[in-house]
This record gives sequence, C-alpha cells and structure tokens, in this order.
Amino acid sequence: MTVIIDYGVGNLFSLRSSFAAIGEEATVTADPAALSRADRIVLPGVGAFADAMAKLRASGMEEALRAAAAKGTPILGICLGMQLLFDKSYEYGEHEGLGMISGEVREIPVSADLKLPHMGWNALSFGGRKHPLFRYLEEGDYVYFVHSYAAVGCDPFVIARAEYGGPVTAAVAKGNVMGCQFHPEKSGNVGLRILKAFCEIKEGEV
Amino acid sequence: MITKRIIPCLDVRDGQVVKGTNFVGLREIASPVELAKRYSDSGADELVFYDITASSDGRNIFTDILAEAARNVFIPLTVGGGIRTLADFDHVLKCGADKVSVNSGAIADPTLVGRAAKVYGDQCVVLSVDVKRVNGVFRIFAKGGRVDTGLDAIEWIRRGVDSGAGEIVLNSIDTDGVKKGFDLEMLRAVSEVVSVPVIASGGAGCIGDFITLFKTLPKVDAGLAASIFHFGEVSVSELKKEMKRNAILTRMVKE
Repeated sequence: MTVIIDYGVGNLFSLRSSFAAIGEEATVTADPAALSRADRIVLPGVGAFADAMAKLRASGMEEALRAAAAKGTPILGICLGMQLLFDKSYEYGEHEGLGMISGEVREIPVSADLKLPHMGWNALSFGGRKHPLFRYLEEGDYVYFVHSYAAVGCDPFVIARAEYGGPVTAAVAKGNVMGCQFHPEKSGNVGLRILKAFCEIKEGEV
Repeated sequence: MITKRIIPCLDVRDGQVVKGTNFVGLREIASPVELAKRYSDSGADELVFYDITASSDGRNIFTDILAEAARNVFIPLTVGGGIRTLADFDHVLKCGADKVSVNSGAIADPTLVGRAAKVYGDQCVVLSVDVKRVNGVFRIFAKGGRVDTGLDAIEWIRRGVDSGAGEIVLNSIDTDGVKKGFDLEMLRAVSEVVSVPVIASGGAGCIGDFITLFKTLPKVDAGLAASIFHFGEVSVSELKKEMKRNAILTRMVKE
C-alpha cells in the first residue's frame, strides 16, 4: 500500500487521484504509525520550506519518515517534499531540512528575461543513465514545474535535469529516497508513468 | 526551456459547456468532464473551468464537475467565475483546482488578489481581465464584459501583479468571438509592462492565429480559446504539430 503523508501542507486531491488512475491504492494519512506499514511513502508539499519543515516535525512524521527510510521503504518527495530531503534551504532565511540527501536549496539564478517561478512544462534530461523511476519515459519528455527554489550541490544524486537559464535539478535519488521537483500528478500521462514506475520499485532494488 | 501553452477554456453552466459570441447568445456543447479528458489526451497543456452559473444550485453542480474532472485529468486546472472571497478560493482548491482566476471579484475588492497570494502563493492566483478600447485607451470591463469600470487596464494589471497575481489572462472584448486573430496590439502593451506570464484570450479563429501570436509576441506565454476547440475548428494536436513546424517550443504528447 502507498501512503501519502498528510501534514497539513497542500492539497492532496490530485495526488490521490493520480494513484487511483494507475490502479494503485493510496492512503492519505496524518498518523505517523501508518508509515511503518507502508510499502512506499509519498512526501508531498507546497508552500514555504520553514513552515512545512516545522509541521513535519510537530506532526511526528519526521521521526516516522526517518525510520521508514532506514528500513529501506521507497520514499518519493514531490516539489517542496523533495526539497525537504536536503540539508538546508535558503528560502526566507536559512533552515535545516531532513538531511537525507546532501545538498541545499537555493533560489534559481535567472537573468532578467526569465521569469520566476519556473512555471510550466519543461523537458527532462537524464544525462545518459535512466533511473528506474523513469523506466517508462524517454529523454526529453515534458513534466510540469512550479517552483522558484531548486536543489544545488547534489550532483552525485541528480537523476534528471531541466534547462531554465542553466541546468535545474529536476529529480534526485539516494538509494530508496527519491524526489521530483516537478509534479508527476500534474504531468499528464508522463507523470502517471513515473508514479507507476515508483510503485514498481521494490525495497532493496534501488 | 518552458514551452508555450495551449489552454482550452470550458465555460460551464448548469453542468454543460457553453460558449457565446461577444458574451451573448450561449449555446450548449458537451459534458465538461468528457471534453476535458479529450483535450488532455490531445495535448492541452492546461484547462480553464469557468463557472458562469448564477444560482447556488448551479454552483454545487459546478464544483462536482470540477472534482470529477480533477479525478480524471492530470494537467493543471484553473478555475474562475464568481470568485469573490478567500472561502471561494479554498472551496475550489479543495475540489481539485490548481490555480484560481479572479476577475470581477478583484474589482469589487481590490485587496482580494494580495490576500489570496499570501495564503496560497502567487503561482495560485490568476488575474483575469476583460479589456476594451474606449476612446483609444484600454479599459477594464466588469460583469462579463458588460460594464465599463473606468479603470485603466495597464494600471490595473500592474497593480494586480504588484499585489501578487502570478499570471494574467488578457481577454480582449474587441476581438472576442470575432475569430480574426488575437488582439496583438493590446497583448503587446500588457506583456511589456508585466513580469509574470501573460495568457492571450479572445479572437483566435484558426491555427494560424496562434502561430502569429507566438511569432509576433515572444513574451506571451500561452494562448487560450474556447469555441474553436469545442466545435472542432481547431484541434489541439494539429495546432501543436503546426507550432512545432514553426519552431515554437511546444509539448507534444503520444496519442
């Protein structure tokens, strides 16, 4: 069973619907105990980093998530949920993250002719090696992004990039802990194929 | 890089998709959910659901349809029509909307955009404007394009962006329904003063009108239309093939 963490950040309607669309039972839960029984875990998130991190801590989810990660349960952070996996973020100050993947989150450096947020459909490039998460995708497939901050200093863990005034980290993985900066649940059939691939990843496979 | 977006707009009344010419004479088309799914499959980059119901019964039918669409369609959904309060934002977001578009609601309460942007983020707030030339200047019209507010359009849009609107839908009343092309002059005037994405609306009659739009005004991010898609005069997939042939960055989907 797939467990979507509900810690009071963002709207989980589309995420739950997208798992239903691929025939995967997904439960939205605010109960940290549910994470220990999960086959896989999705950490969603929209909004501000510091606020989300505080809620994750206060809800008891941080501890439960760490335990699941240590056990090898596949975890997928989405958008802000991916950013939380890193050491720290510089969004409105300096804030500590989960530190599950080394790297930090900084504002995307763009020139005056590019707009922030980086919002819209952008192409993925895998850099020659396709992670199991993307087994049903092709180089250059489009996914939907909405963000102004992005992960940097995490090169060894980057599994996909997009181009926006320079390379932008689009997805990362370190063993069973994975993250997408874009929204698979808003990326049409390409996004659904990523979620399907995620559901097929077994403990110990990555 | 980010692609140019093609956005079909579904005006919904009493559970049906409708589209008028110059905002009068509405005509019924099809099931909104079915239509939304068809557009998504053929490569639409985003959908707008516009609630043009007056009654509260109609309002509930609309949000039921929205939720059903969000269960079946996995591209960004923008919702507009009758959004006046933060509670309205909250309600449609919970029913599956990703962005919320305000028009008359922002005119009635100019603090709405700013307050919504603080709670939901700039990317969630779309300022939609109906603009018409009056004595040579661009003016904001309210109530579905029927009432001249006297507001200067450029000034109003700039204020909206400063308050936190993350995107502008610019609908030209002068070209709406005429099908002779987008209002390039008006779009140029607006896209030059704002830093957020501008979505062109009103006037598209054929594929060529979109090509002209993106070729002439590279600062415009998206083209929105309704009836030409609903009546099959322009197919989204054909339009995108033509964009690609013209070297306009677009997202192609496998059908």
